[in-house]
Amino acid sequence: MQPTTHAFPENARKALSDERLQKVLAIAPAGFVNRRKQAADRLPEFEDLRDQGRDLKNHVLANLDTYLEAFEAKVTEQGGHVHWCRTDQEARDAILGICRKVGAKTVTKGKSMISEEIGINDYLESNGLTPIETDLGEYIIQLRREPPSHIIAPAFHLSKKDVEGTFRQAHTDLPPDRVLDEPKVLIAEARQVLRRKFQQADVGITGANIMVAETGSTVIVTNEGNGDLTQILPRVHVVIATIDKVVPTLEDAALVLRLLARSATGQEASAYTTFSTGPRRPGDLDGPEEFHVVLLDNGRSALLGTEFQDVLRCIRCGACMNHCPVYGSVGGHAYGWVYPGPIGSVMQPALLGVKEAGHLPNASTFCGRCEAVCPMRIPLPKMMRHWREKEFEQNLQPAAMRRGLALWGWFARRPALYHAATRVAVRALGMLGRGKGRFASLPLAQGWTRHRDMPAPEGRTFQQMWAEKKAAEKKGKR
Amino acid sequence: MADTRPAPRVGLFVTCLVDVYRPTVGFAAVKLLEDAGCTVEVPESQTCCGQPAFNAGDRATARDLARSTIAAFEGFDHVVVPSGSCAGQIRKHYPELLADDPAWAARARHLSARTHELVSFLTDVLGVTDTGARYDGTITYHDSCSGLRELGIKEQPRRLLATVEGLTLNELPGAEVCCGFGGTFCVKYPDISNRMVEAKTADIAGTKADTLLAGDMGCLLNMAGKLKREGSAVRVRHVAEVLAGVTDTPPIGEKA
Repeated sequence: MQPTTHAFPENARKALSDERLQKVLAIAPAGFVNRRKQAADRLPEFEDLRDQGRDLKNHVLANLDTYLEAFEAKVTEQGGHVHWCRTDQEARDAILGICRKVGAKTVTKGKSMISEEIGINDYLESNGLTPIETDLGEYIIQLRREPPSHIIAPAFHLSKKDVEGTFRQAHTDLPPDRVLDEPKVLIAEARQVLRRKFQQADVGITGANIMVAETGSTVIVTNEGNGDLTQILPRVHVVIATIDKVVPTLEDAALVLRLLARSATGQEASAYTTFSTGPRRPGDLDGPEEFHVVLLDNGRSALLGTEFQDVLRCIRCGACMNHCPVYGSVGGHAYGWVYPGPIGSVMQPALLGVKEAGHLPNASTFCGRCEAVCPMRIPLPKMMRHWREKEFEQNLQPAAMRRGLALWGWFARRPALYHAATRVAVRALGMLGRGKGRFASLPLAQGWTRHRDMPAPEGRTFQQMWAEKKAAEKKGKR
Repeated sequence: MADTRPAPRVGLFVTCLVDVYRPTVGFAAVKLLEDAGCTVEVPESQTCCGQPAFNAGDRATARDLARSTIAAFEGFDHVVVPSGSCAGQIRKHYPELLADDPAWAARARHLSARTHELVSFLTDVLGVTDTGARYDGTITYHDSCSGLRELGIKEQPRRLLATVEGLTLNELPGAEVCCGFGGTFCVKYPDISNRMVEAKTADIAGTKADTLLAGDMGCLLNMAGKLKREGSAVRVRHVAEVLAGVTDTPPIGEKA
């Protein structure tokens, strides 16, 4: 997927004037927010679990090599294969290689953000394979050839009506006069179409919410059961995951699961939580003949030991974007690439570079709601600020803003001059604004006055009035 | 038994927006502090806490301004700020900003520990339960983000407002959602900021309140600017003005 992150302001403007999208955004995030809050309130130890989650991931990140090698040893011991991939290209090639080796034609897919990150669908298609998304939301946006707009609800930006239109266009072998007015009916239709695909698939690709070092297991959570059919029915199961997803033990996995479902959808547990441990063993009733884990770095290890390391604690629950007022205003597509919302504003500069993605960490009011709900207590605003520092160091910010801030900084460092200058400016503004108490338009403040009035200052600075008051008191005493 | 302890010596950090836009808030803060038994001083060498530079990624300027603020406020028992955002900058960010500066790290931590947002200082440190003010009107209250999430200010202003005679509080739905100000955010991304403040003014209108209060000038200028552009009659004031009973100045954005 070609990023359009550099065009964030234009993307945002389009999203803001898209009435259909605005209708969805006016309702959908609130549902997530309420359900998460109820789930957190029901569990007295939820805040403690967040501390534990943070500590667990910090420990893992400090010992990442150890746990990844332990994980690999266990996978191999059980007859699976681990493919270490440094870049997205290496991961695409590893997956294509596995598919080619078994002569695959159809590939089913569970939901995976990493598969979006490496653009595997396009790659497989251009190499003659047919990838089929089996998560309902992913299936819908695959039919529409759109990227996901949310990391756990890929079709977040669509209404029921949109989905109906998409299905009518895509499922041409079904009667055109069928009634498709209920979500239940839409789901049943997708289910019916996807059943056939599950049976045709040679390879199933899933992501992994967690990798467990002590057992060599990968874990996925879904609410549709599509992940299980994706990984059990085909001959080959390929897991694509990044290195930050490993935890030491099954107990640690349970901790992540308790945090994940509550933070994501407000559920106690997702409907399906599936552990995959190696290929089918003699005597097993089902399971794939081959089990591969494509273990991707793609820039993660470069964040270790930097001010951005904490972002690798992310478990991709989506709570940050559900609570973000900027995401709630413009939706996911405006972010221009795979990861939207606050987590995207930290991850995309890391993956795409600050030149391409510099807008995202700037497009935040630092309201802190994301950090307040992050199950892994990632200090997202702080990390966005660190990206702004990188931008500042590299001189990438708009020249007018840089000059303005530099001038202000020069005065603010010189209190006497600062107070003299503010006195003069405030006096002038106060006189000009006295008639109405506000300005409808002000030179150099168009960004402000385009949408709102600028209240006028009272006319004198506090420092000036305070000094006069003190002088008068002194005089009075004498 | 009379309290024989000496009056706490408080340094008032005015904040740049109160200094230039609304001195009334500064005088309201002084009144509240003096009524609660403090001696208030206003060091002349203060300018800005440095947050705009800090949030723009300019650490060098932010550190310079942090050092001069620390120097300006050494020696006070407490430093009080009529803003959650600027108080948060000093409390939460100064220690981090100067952590690797051996000459300043300890001084930054010391200032951080003594610095408080005005309303929470009155309730939590001084134990004020009633400011003896009167305000005839129905108000609604917006929780500014930094005060709420960095400093945990939520109940304190409501507790004191509940004792103001003649005042009714209608809670604002989404009071904890950002108003869209965000410092330079509102001019860098004006359209997104506008969507956020639009949602806020719609919520404010829904409360049927005649007055909007909050504890931070940035948010207040943003919300007042939008309300006035929309032709709303809602009056906008800093919470300190109402708590101190200093309401003879016209509301924010209105003529005398």
